[in-house]
This record gives sequence, structure tokens and C-alpha cells, in this order.
Amino acid sequence: MTTTTRLAPSFDENITAAPSRRSTDGLVEISGVSKSYGPHEVLHDIDLTIEPGEVVALLGPSGSGKSTLLRAINHLESVDRGSVTIDGQYIGYERRGDKLYELHEKEVLKRRTQVGMVFQNFNLFPHLTAIENIVEAPIALGRLSKTDARELALGLLARVGLSDKADHYPRQLSGGQQQRVAIARALALKPKVLLFDEPTSALDPELVGEVLAVIGELTKLGTTLVIVTHEIGFAREVADRVVFLDGGRVLEQGTPARVLLHPQHPRTQDFLRKVL
Amino acid sequence: MTPPETGAPVQYRTSVTTDAAAPTPAPIVVNSEPAAPQAPDAGARAQLEVVHPKHWTRWILSAVAVFFVAQFLWSLVTNGQYRWDVFAEFFFSDAVVKGLGLTLWLTVIAGAVGFALGGLLAVARLSKSPLLNSLAWSFIWFFRSVPLVVQLVVWYNLGYLYPQLGLGWPFTTDFWFASFETVTLISSFAAAVLGLSLHQAAYSAEIIRAGILSVDQGQLEAAAALGLPRRVRFFRIILPQAARAIVPNAFNEVIGLVKGTSVVFVVALPELFYTVQVVYNRNQLVIPLLLVAVVWYAIITTVLSIAQFYIERRFSRGALRVLPPTPIQRATGWVRTQWARLDDTPSVADEPAIDTPTVAAR
Repeated sequence: MTTTTRLAPSFDENITAAPSRRSTDGLVEISGVSKSYGPHEVLHDIDLTIEPGEVVALLGPSGSGKSTLLRAINHLESVDRGSVTIDGQYIGYERRGDKLYELHEKEVLKRRTQVGMVFQNFNLFPHLTAIENIVEAPIALGRLSKTDARELALGLLARVGLSDKADHYPRQLSGGQQQRVAIARALALKPKVLLFDEPTSALDPELVGEVLAVIGELTKLGTTLVIVTHEIGFAREVADRVVFLDGGRVLEQGTPARVLLHPQHPRTQDFLRKVL
Repeated sequence: MTPPETGAPVQYRTSVTTDAAAPTPAPIVVNSEPAAPQAPDAGARAQLEVVHPKHWTRWILSAVAVFFVAQFLWSLVTNGQYRWDVFAEFFFSDAVVKGLGLTLWLTVIAGAVGFALGGLLAVARLSKSPLLNSLAWSFIWFFRSVPLVVQLVVWYNLGYLYPQLGLGWPFTTDFWFASFETVTLISSFAAAVLGLSLHQAAYSAEIIRAGILSVDQGQLEAAAALGLPRRVRFFRIILPQAARAIVPNAFNEVIGLVKGTSVVFVVALPELFYTVQVVYNRNQLVIPLLLVAVVWYAIITTVLSIAQFYIERRFSRGALRVLPPTPIQRATGWVRTQWARLDDTPSVADEPAIDTPTVAAR
């Protein structure tokens, strides 16, 4: 997967806040990851490598473990066995010899900022306006001054098409607009990897398009994107690779054309028959 | 709009009817029979008046209620037993004002210490540490179990249990570092502050905990995903949202505390209520002096209620699409509409004249 092919020539560096990025950033390596809730095993020995700049769609029936896997990538969810690294670095641990030492929360938080996350229910801070939602993290983490953060946020809002909504509270926005603000908020920390946890599942059907369009734009930036979605059509359009999970295992993966049009595994065939 | 009658407006109205009706009947003519009286009808349609139903029971009940209130107010003035002269004499008397000061002071200290400690207890109750959690739970259990009066008496008589307090070897009474006589250390004021604060802390801990629990789990996740430090997460994200649930209950507690301070009479502190009692025990004018205390309590509660309104309004930003107007905004708005109405009355004739072109244009 080459990132250079994905950088559209029309991409304007000035209006975007994302820095020009080396294509080597954003490598996600998941190896031997298992996780159980009590007796129920949600992830079973998962191995998955996501190349820098790659766009991966995680598909699967509900309860297949795809959301848990996504949350394991930024250590919102700890795993029982195995490891997840971003560019060779563990988020929740420090490796010394053969042992993984759990890190203090402060260090975890710092490392976690390399990974942005967009939630199904947006999870915007309702008591802050759109722009305050976006500037909160860069200011609190001491990355930017207030004026710089504001400028960055206005640029991001323009990019998601919400320049005129900067001073609106989330509740004054439609679901699609809220999710676009949430995407801008995730971009404000210039993450190497962006995780989307069913970004359109809570939206009215007519609002899905505007959010998918924004995510589609992001694929041109060279950021690694991991998207849990039920939008098969969207996955086929933007993903470089589709990974199908069921029962906590990767059953099948490959290009959208192969997995979605010519699924090999009977479970995949069954799932696609139901959702399409 | 009423049908044309007499005088100048008639001419104007006719012109509106024709103007407004002119474009409207056209489709009707096409669709059905070309009825002549359609024109005034169509013109009136745009200006149909809405008539609200009359709520007769509501009016009658309101009148009855007003009657009873008026009757009571009338008795307040005419019934000599209230002794308003005594009320006036003592309302601003030195002793009462001093007692009021002590009541307010105790409320402020116990409220501040109680809520600060309560906040810590709430956080401890929600922490993952089982030790902190059970310690906080036990504190809350203990101080909610022991009646405040008992607590005050025990604090005041702590010297009976522990004659000396000090620092020294653990598990001994060898206070080689520092030592104090308990009786001098814990005055009646200190006993009152201790008792009220600890009591208040136990109750406010639960209120604050409830507020924190009311914040959606997704908020914490989003904050964690953004890498926000723990302090920012708590003070910038969780607490402002929790405040919406905390504030009404907190004000309930503070208002309760204002009157609750009256139990410190058991340690002979002359706060407002105790002062009033002392006075009426001397002059036997019970009702007028109780009224002095009641009116002062009512004034404090009023001030706190107003503060509560504005603080709640502050924290409802973002929770409501549009903030409701404050009473002041509502009052000025009302005056403005009334004023505008007064202003309009004479010029009613010109106003629609401005409208006419738009009506015709449609």
C-alpha cells in the first residue's frame, strides 16, 4: 500500500491542519491479541498489521469483537494477551526484556494522542461549543496557545464544512454536524492513526452521506484509518482492505473487491447476504 | 380582521380586500365554479382570528385562592396579636443582628468545608481503590447515622473522653512533641463548626457522587481518547456537567443548613434562633419574636433561591437548545411589548398599508 498514490494533487496543505507526514508514520501492529469478559472470549488470538496510510474497514456481525479490537488499538480497552503497537511503540506498556510493564496513566494519555477516535454517539462535550470542543485537547496538553488552537480549529471546521457553526453547542447541531465536529476534534491532535467506531450508526439515513464524505476526504491525507462500519458500499469505495471478523477471529481479509464481491468463507457470505 | 363598518377604515379595508383577493381567486375560478362572493371570503382567510377557550374552573379556583390570600393578609394587618411594633423593635436590634451574623457565618463555614470534604469523599467513593472506597463509605455511614445534636454534644464534651490532645508516640498519651487541653482547643464555636461540617460533608458527598454518576460514560471515554489529563477531565469535562444535577440539591442542603444551624443552641451559641428564644423567654412575646427569625430566614432563602436560579442557568448552557429568559428579561420583554402595543394603537391604519404591497405581490 503506497501512501503517495493516495495524496490527491488537489490536496491543499494550507487549509488543512494536518502536517505533511512521512508515510512511515501510523503503522499498527496487532499480534496475538486475546480478550475475555468473564467466560466470554471477545477476541481470540488476533494478528493484524495495518500499514501506514492504509484504510482498513472492519466488518462483522454485532458481537464479533470489532469494536473491542478498535478500542484495544488506543488502549481504551486493555487486552489479556498479545500486544498492540503504533509505530513499534506500545501505548499502555513499556517493554523491558521479555516483560511488559504497565505505564502510568499520564504516559498512557500522552502516547494515546497519536491515535484519534470518533465514536458512534459522537461524545461531544455538550457544555462546550463546537470550537471549544476542538481546542480543549490541544490547549490542555500544552501543544498550542489559545490563539493558535483557535486558528487550527477554525481551519478544521472549514474542512468539515461547519465554519458557521463554531459557536453552536452540540445540541444545536444535527447528528451529522455533531459527528463532523467530532471528526474535527479528533484531527486537532494530528494523530497518526484515526479510529472510527461505527461513525454513522447513530445517524438518520439522510445524514449519513455528509459524514461519509468527510471520512472519504480524510483518506487522501495519508493518515492510517481503521473504520468499523456497517456501510458496505462505503467500505468498498474507500477501504484498501476489508477485514471480516466473527466470534473474535479474523475470518477473512483482502481487497474490498475480493472480500465483498467474492467472499470465500461461508460466514462472510452469510453476513453479506443479510446486510446487502 | 373584523368586517368593514363605518368611517375612514372602510375605504382602506376595501382596498386590501380587492388587492389581496385579486391573485387568490384565480385558481379557484379555474378549478370550480366562478362564484362571485369568493373575493371577500378569500381576503378574510388570511386574517382569521384565533379564539382561545375560556378556562372557567381555572378562573374560579384562582379567585378563591386570591380571596383566601387576601383574607390572610388583611388579618396580618388588623390582628393586634401579631404585635408588629415589637417585631419592628427587635428586627434590627443588636442581639438579633449579631445572631443573624453568627447564623450566616456558621452556614458559610460549614457549607464550604462540608462541600469541599464532600467532594473528596465522593471522589473517594468512586475511586477504584477498595480501601478509599470503604473508608469514604464508612465516613458517610457514620455521620449520617449519628444525630447532629448528639455529635455537637460529643464534640463539645470531647475533653471528658480525651482530656488532652497532642502529638507524640503512637498508642500512648506521651505527647512529647505538642499537647493541648481539649477544653481550650474545642470552644463551643469549634464544636459547632466541626459538627455541622462533618454532618454536611456526609450528605453533600452523596449529592456530588450522584451528580458525577449522572454524566454519560461516553464523556469520560472521549476525554480519555483525547489524552486529556485526569485533572482536566474532572474539572473541565465531568464537573461542569455534573453541576447541573448537583446544584439544585446543593442549594436544598445549604438552605436546610441555614435553619439547621439553630441546633447549635445545645452548645449555647447565640445564633439567630437562640437569640430570639432568649428574648422571648424574657418578655414572653413569643409570636412577634419568632416572626423576626422567620422573616430573616425567608430573606436568606430568597437570596439563595435567586442565586440558585442564575447558577442553574449558567450550567444549563449547552443542555438546552435555547436558555429560558431570566425574570428580568421576561419583565423587560413584557414592558417592551406593552409599550409597543401602546405605540401602535393610533397608527394601526398605516401599518397594514405597508403590508399591502406584499400581500398583493403574493
